[in-house]
Amino acid sequence: MKYLLGVVLATGFFTSVAIAETTSPSTVNFSDDGVMASLTGKAGDAKTGRSVFSNRKLGNCLACHINSDLSEESFHGEVGPPMDGVADRWSEAELRAIVANSKKIFEGTIMPAFYIDAGYERPLEKFAGKSILSAEQVEDVVAYLLTLKEE
Amino acid sequence: MGMKLISFVSAIICAGSAYAQDSNQLNVEGEILASTTAAPSHMENVDTLYSGWHFRSGETQALQLDDFDNPGMVFIDQGIDLFGKVDGSEGKSCQSCHEDVEDFAGLRTTLPRVEDGQLVAMEDLVNECRTERMGAEAWKWSSTNMTAVTGLIGFQSRGMPMSVKIDGDAAPFWEAGKELYYTRVGQLDMACSNCHEDNYGVMIRADHLSQGQINGFPTYRLKNAKLNSIHNRFKGCMSNIRATPFKEGGKEFKALELYIASRGEGLAVETPSVRN
Ligand code: HEC
Ligand code: HEC
Repeated sequence: MKYLLGVVLATGFFTSVAIAETTSPSTVNFSDDGVMASLTGKAGDAKTGRSVFSNRKLGNCLACHINSDLSEESFHGEVGPPMDGVADRWSEAELRAIVANSKKIFEGTIMPAFYIDAGYERPLEKFAGKSILSAEQVEDVVAYLLTLKEE
Repeated sequence: MGMKLISFVSAIICAGSAYAQDSNQLNVEGEILASTTAAPSHMENVDTLYSGWHFRSGETQALQLDDFDNPGMVFIDQGIDLFGKVDGSEGKSCQSCHEDVEDFAGLRTTLPRVEDGQLVAMEDLVNECRTERMGAEAWKWSSTNMTAVTGLIGFQSRGMPMSVKIDGDAAPFWEAGKELYYTRVGQLDMACSNCHEDNYGVMIRADHLSQGQINGFPTYRLKNAKLNSIHNRFKGCMSNIRATPFKEGGKEFKALELYIASRGEGLAVETPSVRN
C-alpha cells in the first residue's frame, strides 16, 4: 500500500515537471551563443551521458568521434574531430546547440541533429516524429562533454 | 601465412589514425583486375575510383584472390545447376535458349540499361525469360536462386571494365539516380554521398568506409554467408540511417543502380566479390 502510494506520487511528480520545464524539439532557442537554457531545466548526469555517448542505439557518438576517455571501447570512428578537450573549445551553451542540432553550427554537416522531431525525409515509421535523443539524454551528454577537459 | 601476418601488423599501425584505401593489387587467379582507375568526367568531386576490396581487411581481401577460397563460388556453382534446370510450363531451362553461359561475357558491364523506354536491371532480364519464355514463376529480387544466377552471369564478365550508358534515353534515369544519391533521408538525415563520397577511407565505428561501388555484386558477405544483391545493400544502408528503404526492383533503386554503376566506370567486374 505504502509502495503503491509512492509510485503514484512519483509518477505525478515527473509528469508535472515534464509539463513545466522540458523544452520540446521545435521550441529550442538557438542564440548566437548557443542554447543557453537546459532543455529539462536541470543539470544533466555526466555518468549517464557517458553511456549515451557510446551506446549504438542512442548517441552512437563514438561512431564518428575518437574519445580517449572511452578507451575501453574498441572501435572509435574518425568522421568527426576527436572529443579530447572538447570542453576547452566550446561553452556549455555551444555544446548543447551542437548536440541538439549541429546543422545550426556546422552548415551541411554529416553529424545528425539529435534533438529534432521533424524536417527529415522518409524516416522509418518507428522513428517518425521522434528525436534521436530525449531532452534528458541531451543534457546528460552535454554534462558528460563538459568533463572532457585537457587544460 | 606471410600475408596474414602483414595484414595484422598493418591493422595495428593503422588503428586510431585516419587511413585510406590500401595500395594492394587485386590479383585474382593470376589476373590483375582494375580495382582503381581515374574517375570519369561526369564525377565532380572524386578523382580516383577504388573498388570496395581496397577497404577490407587483409583476411577478407585474401578470400577473393583464389576461387578455391572464395566462399561466393559455391553459389556460382548453384547458379550453373539452376541455369540448366528445366522449370515452368514450356519445359525449358535457361540453357535451352542460351547454350553457353559464357556468351554472357560483357553483359554485366552494361547494366542497368534502357529497353523500350524502361530501365532494366539484370534481375528484370532473368525474370523476363522465366515468365515469358519458360512459363515459370518470377524469382524474388534478392532470393538465393536469383543471386546465384545473376552471380553466374556477372562472373562471365569478371575482369571486364564497367561501362554503362548514361546519355540519350538513359539520361533521365541517370539524373534521377544522381538526385537520390545526394538526397538526405532518414532520422539521421544523411545521403549516400555523405558516407561514400565525403568520407570514404575513414572509419565509422568498426567499419572502413568505401566508395560504395557495385562492380563486385552480387557480393558474398561474411556477415550473412550468402550472395547479396545490389538493391539489398542499398536497402541496408537506408535502414542504417533510419530511412524507409525504397522497394527492391523499384524505379528508385534501379535509377540509383544506374547512377552508381556509372560512378564505377572503368573498374573491373569482380563478381563474386567478398566483403564483410
Ligand atoms: C555521422 C557522424 C557523426 C556523429 C554520429 C556524431 N558526430 Fe559530432 N561531429 C561530426 C563532424 C563531421 C563534426 C565536425 C563538424 C563539421 O565540420 O561537420 C562534428 C563535431 C562535433 C563537435 C564539435 C567538436 C569540435 O572540437 O569542434 C562536438 C562537441 C560533437 N560533434 C559531439 C557529438 C556528440 C556528443 C555526438 C553524439 C550524441 C556526435 N557528435 C555524433 C560527426 C558526427
Ligand atoms: C552512415 C554511413 C552510410 C550511408 C549514409 C550509406 N552507406 Fe553504404 N555503406 C556504409 C558502410 C559502413 C558500408 C560497409 C563498408 C563499405 O563498403 O563502405 C557500406 C557499404 C555500401 C556498399 C557496398 C560496397 C562494396 O564494396 O561491397 C554499397 C553499394 C553502398 N554502401 C551503397 C550505399 C547507397 C546507395 C547509399 C545511399 C542510399 C548508402 N550506401 C548510404 C555506410 C553508409
